[in-house]
Amino acid sequence: MEFFGIPFEIWLAGSLALYMAWAIGANDVANAMGTSVGSGALTIGSAIVVAAVFEFSGAFLAGGHVTDTVRKGMLDMELVSPATLKYGMLAALAAAGTLLVGATRYGLPVSTTHSIVGAIVGFGAVAIGPDAVNWSKVGQIVASWLTSPLLSGVMAFIIFQFTRAVVLDKDDPIKQVRKVGPLFFFYVFFIIGLVTLFKGIKNLNLDLDLPQALVGSFALGLLGVAVGAFFLNRVSEGEAVPGRRFSGVERVFVVLQVLTACAVAFAQGSNDVANAIGPLAAVVSVIQGGDEILSKAPVEPWMLAIGGLGIVVGLATWGYRVMETVGKKITELTPSRGFAASLAAATTIVLASRLGMPVSTTHTLVGAVLGVGLARGIGAIDLRVVGNIILSWIATLPIAAALAIFFFYFFKGLLG
Amino acid sequence: MAWIDKLVGRSPIGPMQEHMRAAVACAHQIIPLVEAMVSGDREAVQAQRAEIDRLEHAADEIKHEIRSHLPRRLMLAMERRDMLEILDYQDSIADVTQDIAELIDQRGMQLPEPLAEPVRNLTVRVVAACDQGQRIIDELDELVETGFSEREVSRVEVMISELGRIESETDELLDTACRKLFALEDELGIGTVYWHQILLWIADVADFSERVGNRLRLLIAN
Repeated sequence: MEFFGIPFEIWLAGSLALYMAWAIGANDVANAMGTSVGSGALTIGSAIVVAAVFEFSGAFLAGGHVTDTVRKGMLDMELVSPATLKYGMLAALAAAGTLLVGATRYGLPVSTTHSIVGAIVGFGAVAIGPDAVNWSKVGQIVASWLTSPLLSGVMAFIIFQFTRAVVLDKDDPIKQVRKVGPLFFFYVFFIIGLVTLFKGIKNLNLDLDLPQALVGSFALGLLGVAVGAFFLNRVSEGEAVPGRRFSGVERVFVVLQVLTACAVAFAQGSNDVANAIGPLAAVVSVIQGGDEILSKAPVEPWMLAIGGLGIVVGLATWGYRVMETVGKKITELTPSRGFAASLAAATTIVLASRLGMPVSTTHTLVGAVLGVGLARGIGAIDLRVVGNIILSWIATLPIAAALAIFFFYFFKGLLG
Repeated sequence: MAWIDKLVGRSPIGPMQEHMRAAVACAHQIIPLVEAMVSGDREAVQAQRAEIDRLEHAADEIKHEIRSHLPRRLMLAMERRDMLEILDYQDSIADVTQDIAELIDQRGMQLPEPLAEPVRNLTVRVVAACDQGQRIIDELDELVETGFSEREVSRVEVMISELGRIESETDELLDTACRKLFALEDELGIGTVYWHQILLWIADVADFSERVGNRLRLLIAN
């Protein structure tokens, strides 16, 4: 069965990848932009545009690395037949997409990475057998429930302490934040540059070695300093709110918060899009490989485009509604805290996805908020909500697995 | 991000400040209450008592609100137990003010002319102590905002020392007022005991304001 010369299964895989990417877009936008909209730093419309631009650039420029690890790492490819892999990956996309839609519907922050991993483990264990599952990788994922929030929490703690020492504990914090702010711009631009340039921007056929990447990132960092200095000097601290001496500082922090929101969106794009297009790449490679499983499934630009498109549409359709509810609430997370938490989360995600670790944006963000809380920077953190969130992380794996098993037999029956 | 809003719960600091404002507003009413007594205007005394009752009730409402929104599952920038203790002292400011107004109204007390000046002086200083306590509690959000930075902590510590100074002034003014009162003992008879009680209570109001500050000092020192 072919349409326009393309096999039906690729159409199906493409559509399911689009579905999953759409769900990611709806789920993620709130993570990246919620604090900025909540504090009034960005309007909903501009938040959507900014999120779309950065998620898409993240996916297109820095995505494509986690793809292999998740796919190869979770299952023993020796035991997987091409047909099983094909149906399994279709099932994984359908299962993870459905789980995400359900979770977003109920406002639960589940991990897109862990839904896709749970789904792959699910069909692997049932359709092929428990031996096919690389359980040590599953163990790594379970460990990441602890490690990624911990890592990001420690980082948030340090960033907040730093902010306190160089800005908040100064005579003139407003002057200080304008002075130190560009440093953070440098850091964010540098990290983004490094991630993007290091393995070379494959999709643009640009290959750089480490020194070149470092130089390039440094240059990008300097550009960041200029951009940062421009915006930080332009923003007004506004009218002093009576009785709140730090309202002006917070207003300047808004600039930094928006910056880190962009970094989170970029990091998510690079990390999460792989979850949607990884299985797609696997299906395509099975079909084009003449029913022979290649060791690596190449990620082609059109796949990244599907991922990016799905995310942007997800942002624009469902994400918009999520933002509306967030925007109406006044969040207790002030810009300086939102900044520390998002910067820590973004750094953790970027580093982890570079190392091929399947971390989750939501896990790192929760860890980061707790980190700022432990630095006595947040008035009150509801530990019961933390408990519920952790439960939903744990529940993600079995639910995704069960859904994937269902979809696996569904697709096998439909197409096999 | 709805979940982050749930995760970052409602901080009790705003309501704590609101409660202190209500309690201090209540204490402010001691001044017109004393004036009403001096002029022997029973109606004005009753009106003042009604106003104090109203403000004390408002403070109570806020207190219950804070208590019911401060479950153990919250991880707070300031410890729950400390917050509740401070809240209790704040509440005592309003409570004792109410006790003063009640007794004055119930016994229909009229302030003897020689006592007017020392009681006025005492009251004004007591209210100043409450205002200083208010200013200190108003710094709670700045303390959290700066993550208890050294600068902010020492700023608040200076304010607390100032409160201590005002409070010891009220002790001296209480001493003066009491001596004046006991000089009138023969004339006032059993009334002396009640007047003594009233004076002690007025001074207590400043004392509770000082305790608010001292409790906070312990909290921010660690």
